[in-house]
Amino acid sequence: MRIYVPRDAAAKAVGADAVAAAIEAEAGRRGLPLTLVRNGSRGMVWLEPLVEIQTEAGRMAFGPVTPEDVPALFDADWKRHPLALGPTEELPWLMMQTRLTFARCGITDPLCLEEYEAHGGFEGLHRAIGMSRAEILQEVIESGLRGRGGAGFPTGIKWKTVSEAQADQKYIVCNADEGDSGTFADRMIMEGDPFTLIEGMTIAGLATGATRGYVYMRSEYPDAVEVMIEAVRIARGHGLLGPSVMGSGRAFDMEIRVGAGAYVCGEETSLLNSLEGKRGVVRAKPPLPALEGFLGKPTVVNNVISLASIPVIFQKGAAYYRDFGLGRSRGTIPLQIAGNVKRGGLFEIAFGMSLGQIVDDIAGGTASGRPVKAVQVGGPLGAYFPRALFDTPFCYEEFAGAEGLVGHAGIVVFDDTADMLKQARFAMEFCAIESCGKCTPCRIGAVRGMETVDRIARGDAAAIPLLTDLCATMKSGSLCALGGFTPYPVMSALTHFPDDFAPMKEAAE
Amino acid sequence: MRLAEAEFCARVDEILDAHEGLEGPLLPILHAVQEAFGHVPLESLPRIAERLNLSRAEVHGVMSFYHDFRTRPHGRHVLKLCRAEACQSMGADRLAEATQTRLGIGWHQTTADGGVTLEPVFCLGLCACAPAALVDGRVVGRVDDARLDRILEEVRA
Ligand SMILES: Cc1cc2nc3c(=O)[nH]c(=O)nc-3n(C[C@H](O)[C@H](O)[C@H](O)COP(=O)(O)O)c2cc1C
Ligand code: SF4
Ligand code: FES
Ligand code: FES
Repeated sequence: MRIYVPRDAAAKAVGADAVAAAIEAEAGRRGLPLTLVRNGSRGMVWLEPLVEIQTEAGRMAFGPVTPEDVPALFDADWKRHPLALGPTEELPWLMMQTRLTFARCGITDPLCLEEYEAHGGFEGLHRAIGMSRAEILQEVIESGLRGRGGAGFPTGIKWKTVSEAQADQKYIVCNADEGDSGTFADRMIMEGDPFTLIEGMTIAGLATGATRGYVYMRSEYPDAVEVMIEAVRIARGHGLLGPSVMGSGRAFDMEIRVGAGAYVCGEETSLLNSLEGKRGVVRAKPPLPALEGFLGKPTVVNNVISLASIPVIFQKGAAYYRDFGLGRSRGTIPLQIAGNVKRGGLFEIAFGMSLGQIVDDIAGGTASGRPVKAVQVGGPLGAYFPRALFDTPFCYEEFAGAEGLVGHAGIVVFDDTADMLKQARFAMEFCAIESCGKCTPCRIGAVRGMETVDRIARGDAAAIPLLTDLCATMKSGSLCALGGFTPYPVMSALTHFPDDFAPMKEAAE
Repeated sequence: MRLAEAEFCARVDEILDAHEGLEGPLLPILHAVQEAFGHVPLESLPRIAERLNLSRAEVHGVMSFYHDFRTRPHGRHVLKLCRAEACQSMGADRLAEATQTRLGIGWHQTTADGGVTLEPVFCLGLCACAPAALVDGRVVGRVDDARLDRILEEVRA
């Protein structure tokens, strides 16, 4: 029998390792031959640990499974059981998605190259190897892919700048710092389908003439780091990385680096400083990293999901990818649905679904069963949306129009017990803790911001305009988006939930 | 004493040798030193600085910039609790308070017996199974009262 128990950190966090051990022990006790595959996660985190068994009719899902359930599941021959969910592929959560970037995640053994290839892996790279640099760049530009790290800059244009730069050495740097709260798509793809990222980075190397790559991963992801290191080792062993990628005669190799717990190091220039072994202080732009990046050389800095979306674009063609989406937001976006939700996890879909559909239909409302009060989209620098803005389509421009941001597509739901003044204070506190210290509006402003919110909390209504002014100063006077976007959560909380900032608050409670 | 010092130097040198030829080797070196000694001993900095052709102040400046690097050993166990938004929406603040009360320490502190260090962390990527924790590098999600009990039992053992 072939059984799948995810090795994804979210599955492990709710007991997947113990379930895997129980399954092995039980199969042993019963003398049943067992192939246990530790796959990535299917992204249905509320059902984790989600165990699947291979049958003639496809894979059948069971979840959430505890070690105590295992004997009974064997007794039931993995058929009729209260935890049985039916064929995995027919679960509505999966059927409603368009899985392009995450096509293999949860299906294959993350570190098995044969399975990777059997499921379409390296088809994109094969095709890219047969193309000229200009053709590769054109393909990425035509796909409409924009950076998934937050800023939404067209990936093909960035690559073109690096490609055209003259230098003895160029670099591909993958931003795997994934510091935004409420996000885990980078982690999931690195743990669940790491060769996709390696393939994407290699194509970026071919496109730009860069022969060296780095993946800068956050230290908070020990499981992902382990998988990536192993994946790079395997890829190198098979000649997929090295002096002649797939025998093409073109070189590309990469290294995994681990950060040291600084949110600001997700900002690309801070990341480059950190990678060089310096303090993670933000650099002024220009020069663009594309021209003077790592060690002063032309460097592509791209988010994990941007790079991991490259293989499918080359496998299926730019037009195929571009035909998904809405307006200037092309292709698919892996939504990360988190916080107080009934169904949380990763949901990949074409751009354009409304926030309300995501929260009410996909997530199924709150886990607590209480009404949704606010939804923070785009991490700690993202705005809080009230229900009144739930018709906003999930797209870069539309979210900007609603004074918010898509960011890395993390969606965090709060029920009506949330205190938005407290959330605003936290945004300032976070900025104060994580500021790189280079500019005053951020370094000092965030501390002042905390104090000002505290004054409001004590009933000092006169502090409200001060907070508004302070936010305006931070927004216009900060060098990077840490100081510059912290006003989003603060101002959205203040604007959409004024009652939480009213002097009457204490008395009313 | 002298022997210990020589051993210490040899261990640091070994780490420096192992990182020879890397581009931007300082963070990997600091990680390796911390892994070897449980913290980054201040005495290792001049040696690192010398090898990398940096000033001591530069190396110290880098080390102190990052939340991960510690100049003193932590407790036998390290409990990291997520303080970020998705976990907040599922009661992380209450969980943190309960933990601090039960351990009798605040953030960044170690219990008197040297058993547990409590650290805040801002997101572990476990936001769909919040609230989340990292216990000696092992991920734990959906931390309710029962799971907290088990975690505290484990780290206080
Ligand atoms: C404070 C701050 C933190 C950031 N954190 C990340 C991060 O964790 N991951 C990421 O990909 N981009 C992050 N970014 C965005 C990067 O600066 C950059 O735009 C991105 O890596 C470019 O890649 P992309 O074009 O593929 O999105 C951050 C930006 C700021 C200002
Ligand atoms: S806004 Fe803050 S984090 Fe960004 S450069 Fe200025 S001080 Fe550094
Ligand atoms: S301890 Fe020997 S040189 Fe530093
Ligand atoms: S916000 Fe706590 S794990 Fe992401």
